[in-house]
Amino acid sequence: MPHTAIEAQVEDGGSASKPQRIIKLSKTTDDSDKKVTNKRVKDIEICVPIVYGTIAFYLGRKASESQSHKWTVYVRGATNEDLGAVIKHVVFQLHPSFNNPTRIVEAPPFELSECGWGEFEIGISIFFHSDVCDKHLDLYHMLKLYPEDESGPQSTKKPVVMESYNEIVFPDPSECFFARVQNHPAVVVPRMPAGFSLPVLAPVENTNEKGRGDTKDHPLSQWFLNFSEADELLKLASARQQVQAHIVKLRRELSVIDGMPQPLKPASSYECT
Amino acid sequence: MDAKDILGLPKTPLPIPQEKKSRPQKDSQRKPDGISREVYALTGGVAPLMPSIDVSQLKRRPPSDEKITWQWLPFTSSARKDDLQLYHWVRVVNGVPPTGDYSFAKYNKSVDVIRYTDEEYEKYLTDPKWTKEETDQLFDLCERFDLRFIIIADRFPTHRTVEELKDRYYSGTHYLYVVSRAILVARAPSPGEVAGHPLVKEPYNVTQETERKRALSMVLSQTKHQERKDAEVLAEAKRIAESRMAARAAEEPDLPVPSDVGPESAEGAVGPGDTISPSNVQAPAAAIAPSTSVIADNASTLASLRMLRVYLRTYALEQMVQAASSSAGLRTIKRVEQTLQDLGVNLKPKVPTKAVCAEHLELRKEILTLLNLQKQLQYKEAEGSSFRDGSYGDMPGTAKRSQRAADQDRTFVPDTISFGVIPGDRVVKREQKRKGPGRTSETPSSPAGAHKRPRKMKASDL
Repeated sequence: MPHTAIEAQVEDGGSASKPQRIIKLSKTTDDSDKKVTNKRVKDIEICVPIVYGTIAFYLGRKASESQSHKWTVYVRGATNEDLGAVIKHVVFQLHPSFNNPTRIVEAPPFELSECGWGEFEIGISIFFHSDVCDKHLDLYHMLKLYPEDESGPQSTKKPVVMESYNEIVFPDPSECFFARVQNHPAVVVPRMPAGFSLPVLAPVENTNEKGRGDTKDHPLSQWFLNFSEADELLKLASARQQVQAHIVKLRRELSVIDGMPQPLKPASSYECT
Repeated sequence: MDAKDILGLPKTPLPIPQEKKSRPQKDSQRKPDGISREVYALTGGVAPLMPSIDVSQLKRRPPSDEKITWQWLPFTSSARKDDLQLYHWVRVVNGVPPTGDYSFAKYNKSVDVIRYTDEEYEKYLTDPKWTKEETDQLFDLCERFDLRFIIIADRFPTHRTVEELKDRYYSGTHYLYVVSRAILVARAPSPGEVAGHPLVKEPYNVTQETERKRALSMVLSQTKHQERKDAEVLAEAKRIAESRMAARAAEEPDLPVPSDVGPESAEGAVGPGDTISPSNVQAPAAAIAPSTSVIADNASTLASLRMLRVYLRTYALEQMVQAASSSAGLRTIKRVEQTLQDLGVNLKPKVPTKAVCAEHLELRKEILTLLNLQKQLQYKEAEGSSFRDGSYGDMPGTAKRSQRAADQDRTFVPDTISFGVIPGDRVVKREQKRKGPGRTSETPSSPAGAHKRPRKMKASDL
């Protein structure tokens, strides 16, 4: 199917004060496009699992007083797939002591590297494409430079890694978005209800200047943590079993006590159901 | 690391003459009288704007030229209609007793009860439910008792409710004020003032008053159970209103087109606006239907989550957890968290996928159920024990049974220790401190709930 990359220079006719921005949109110009309206898909939620965090390296010999570490803050897909189909840009809000503390990253991989000496909270604001969501999402992450284990000198080879797993949920996705990411590896899309059909759009061509948007072969990928829900699920299941067993036991004991006749039973408010 | 770097201060030091100037100024400010510098600094280091207590007045003594004596003298009060003479201590200055009326006479205020003439009664005040005699009596009592209707109702010869009496009095007086203005002009200051009189502006409404009092007594006599139900219904209503507000708030950003995206988005903005309204209607309706409050909590939380265009899984979990534990107190919540920790479960899941969050939520709910059951069990224990302590302890059969229940409690508690969940905090400490065979006789036998009447295991009870 033919697709063209549209480069659109947008003029904001409304107010002259707003700057003009050049936006690169990759869009398919299929006929089927026109049939996809911007209605919402009901009762289906689209979920984008992400991992965000920081990796910090001690600079060793090259370290100075004001720049002792080199660190990278990023937002990546949990399976290291390209998030560019969902995320338009990410704004990293750094400590005010940095020059231009508001850094905007407009293409995947959404990351930022800097040198510094201090630990602080980084604000991460995720902005989505217009057909995905108008609202942005705010996350916070504490930059960690120094390892937990303070014994011994810091290694320049082994970085300090802090990652958090989370899932971005779109409870009410637009049909356009849904159609676009149906088969996208970074996105978890439930099966469509029977009888519901949307035209399958070709995957978007990546016109990213950075090259690929996924992080599978990212230079730092060897340090990425593995997040497996299996462990947690197992633990939760066993905990639930324990609790359920106790509940059964208590219920039995309560029924035993209830079964015992009392000499004079006052109207007991404890027995309300 | 240079401290100045950390603080972000400029590297060049402040010019020295400036520093010297600021210091002498501060010194002069730090000279309060009477209290030490540190104490002064405690109160802010600045002189107060308004002196709270005038210290100079406290040590003042009466002027030495005045001679003060206290004498036991008789007095009369203008508030009294008889000539009763009483005695009291009087502060006499230089042999001259104080003049003037009794100082409390000015507080003898009474209500201006309008009295009608017989003529006025015939003209304006006849009422099928009231005889002239009764109305006369009523107005007499009103004057005597300064419109204290509860007393008047007590003293009234025939049985009338306070509301009826009030109604008769106020409507009668109202009528007299408004209708018979010609007569009243002589007595009342002016028509204008008459109109401004509260009796005229806000007439007494019998039905409203009776209803209000009935409602008040209903509220006061509500049982705890009813109170709880009312609170639940109100909370639910609030949540529904909030989810509607969230829907409205979510709608608004759709309408203005975001300025940095091209015209394609204009269509996108209009579309969702239409579909929001049907889903808005559905969500509150779904929240109203369920009968129990827990399901309502969940449904309304889900509805409000769906109103958001985007949210994080962890946020959703937090909201659901909050909704599920909304009926639990802080202590219960802490206990749930303690239980989770003892079970080796993270309070906030490390890998919050949809499945993990769902399991986590269910686990929390089950722990809540468990704690509730434990509490119920405690209460039953306490009930059983209070029977034994009282006169019902004479019956040997029941005494034995409740003792058995107590034993069950004993055997149960050690099990819960295995993963650390204990009904009451106090019991935890006791059990942990005294482990050993002597436990049964030494440990205070009442669980935290029934600590008012400790159970004593005496052979004499049996």
